[in-house]
Amino acid sequence: MLFDFPDAEGHFGVFGGKFVAETLMTALSELESTYARLKEDSTFISDLEDDLRFYVGRESPLYFAERLTNEMGGAKIFLKREDLNHTGAHKINNCIGQALIAKHMGKPRIIAETGAGQHGVASATVAARFGLKCQVYMGSEDIARQSPNVYRMRLLGAEVVSVTSGSRTLKDALNEAMRDWVTNVDNTHYIIGTVAGPHPYPMLVRDFQSVIGRETKAQFAAQHGGLPDAIVACVGGGSNAMGIFYPFLEDEFVKLIGVEAAGFGLSTGKHAAPLNEGKVGVLHGNRTYLMDDENGQIAHTHSISAGLDYPGVGPEHAWLKDIGRVEYGAIDDEQALHAFRQLNLLEGILPALESSHAVAYGMELAACMSKDKTIVINLSGRGDKDIPTVAKIDGISIE
Amino acid sequence: MSRLGTKFAALQIKKALLAYLVAGDPDKEITVDLMHAMVASGADAIELGVPFSDPEAEGPVIQLAHERALANQVSLADCFNMLAKFRERDQQTPVILMGYLNPIESMGYDVFAERSAAAGADGMIIVNLPPEEASELSGSLQRHDLDLVFLLAPTTTDTRAEMICDKSSGFVYYVSLKGTTGAATIDVDDVASKMSRFRLMSSLPVMVGFGIRDGETAAGAGQHADGVVVGSAIVDLVAKNATDPARIIEAVSSLISEIRLALDDLSG
Repeated sequence: MLFDFPDAEGHFGVFGGKFVAETLMTALSELESTYARLKEDSTFISDLEDDLRFYVGRESPLYFAERLTNEMGGAKIFLKREDLNHTGAHKINNCIGQALIAKHMGKPRIIAETGAGQHGVASATVAARFGLKCQVYMGSEDIARQSPNVYRMRLLGAEVVSVTSGSRTLKDALNEAMRDWVTNVDNTHYIIGTVAGPHPYPMLVRDFQSVIGRETKAQFAAQHGGLPDAIVACVGGGSNAMGIFYPFLEDEFVKLIGVEAAGFGLSTGKHAAPLNEGKVGVLHGNRTYLMDDENGQIAHTHSISAGLDYPGVGPEHAWLKDIGRVEYGAIDDEQALHAFRQLNLLEGILPALESSHAVAYGMELAACMSKDKTIVINLSGRGDKDIPTVAKIDGISIE
Repeated sequence: MSRLGTKFAALQIKKALLAYLVAGDPDKEITVDLMHAMVASGADAIELGVPFSDPEAEGPVIQLAHERALANQVSLADCFNMLAKFRERDQQTPVILMGYLNPIESMGYDVFAERSAAAGADGMIIVNLPPEEASELSGSLQRHDLDLVFLLAPTTTDTRAEMICDKSSGFVYYVSLKGTTGAATIDVDDVASKMSRFRLMSSLPVMVGFGIRDGETAAGAGQHADGVVVGSAIVDLVAKNATDPARIIEAVSSLISEIRLALDDLSG
């Protein structure tokens, strides 16, 4: 199969791999072999399916956004409603899977990094669900801009650790989680929230998120017929995008578009769009496209959405970009905010600021396509957590 | 014998003392003087830390040193300049560059190897580069007769340890505890049992690092290993005396002398 990647060492072409301190190599091998065994294990598969159905609430609807479609006047726009999952985003799909793996490995403690707090909430949730101890690392900058999610994690019994090193955002939370894992590797499983990190994480997270794409394919065929002409998803680390793209990779006539955060604009340098503007390097355990300076120091990124504010991207996206199977665009803060407002007004749906990047791109794309064409936008999360951020921009204090 | 091997042999050391510092911490001016002072007070080799924005295996002490160095805009090119300056007065002491892969990728492997050799480096330790991913860089380094030292951890299985000992050149570095740099105190019994296993796998010297902070801990680890690496304890003294270069030199020299004495006592 053309898209049967990664290889045995975790490489997607030149990307991916395992670039970690020696202390973690054995834990990664253990995770790899446990997962290889469990994914063929019928009890594991049925436990996972049961939890996705009865706990997460899958399948999530594929919704035809009629008023948005009419407003744009072009292709029909469908929304894959991952925002309707338990905890309000796609992140839980992966967390359920990894928590089940942690249980099978006999690890009583999980750790996670989080940017917007969605993955932190999902991790804290599955920890409560499976009776695991949970510690979530979050940059102090993100803690300030995502306070509802921080309190929510605490309600779920997790300890939220404020990370004050470096740029105090997602990348630093990841560094700190790696440091915790190196120290507590015997009793701790690290639930990486995106399709990045060392092998086997990019593969593992992709596999757990692929449920999005499999459902989309079946739902689209049943509700509309055939395959959509285009699929659009936002890309920070890239897990919701990998999840919806993966089952369509071999359907060559389905155009796949990942949308990065252009922040204040690609030309300003203040963005989080490594696939558009970065170069190849090594960070957080894998080789991928990165934003770094001329000396190889990782750059400080900017996006209005904490979940996209990350200087790297999953290695499979890097490879899909290089082989030309997926196209990667970018949407700036202002365009994302506009889409955020439009989706509220036209469809009564409050999207996460992350997902609003995909909505913005999808709206523009729809306008350029004829009415007989179709687009699916992955609405990866809901925007309740972003209300304080947007209210602040509007000059309204809701504290 | 490899470059580091030859240099270590020439020094006729019984128990080696490797001293770590971060280039450009707390400022660019002090680094070369501090390297000379380390050698004068008894260090056998220097590990020159190359600053990186995301030093994921470091504890808070060394993380902050990387941040201080980066605040001074210290680049890989600056590290080469400092090393070249050190070499004007000291051609004997082995110097190992220690850091993370991305600045090296950014420079390009061949250019990195060439400039390292030209500056007078002897080898490299790259924290986030296990042997599985290292063959290309290893090839570039070999063409310039530079060693690539790999690490062993308490979690490393015997099968992996054999592979690592086989691929490592110069010496092998045993990270004595699960954790980040400077995290806890070394477990001497664990070091003893691990060392006896590693001896069977490799004829290379085995150096022990992580958790060595004074004469006592150095002697504990040094009984079983070929040498010890002192990092966070030195960097901590640099931080505490950051505003006074003379005090930095004095404090670091005194710590290294103490450890030197403790190691020499072991050798009788």
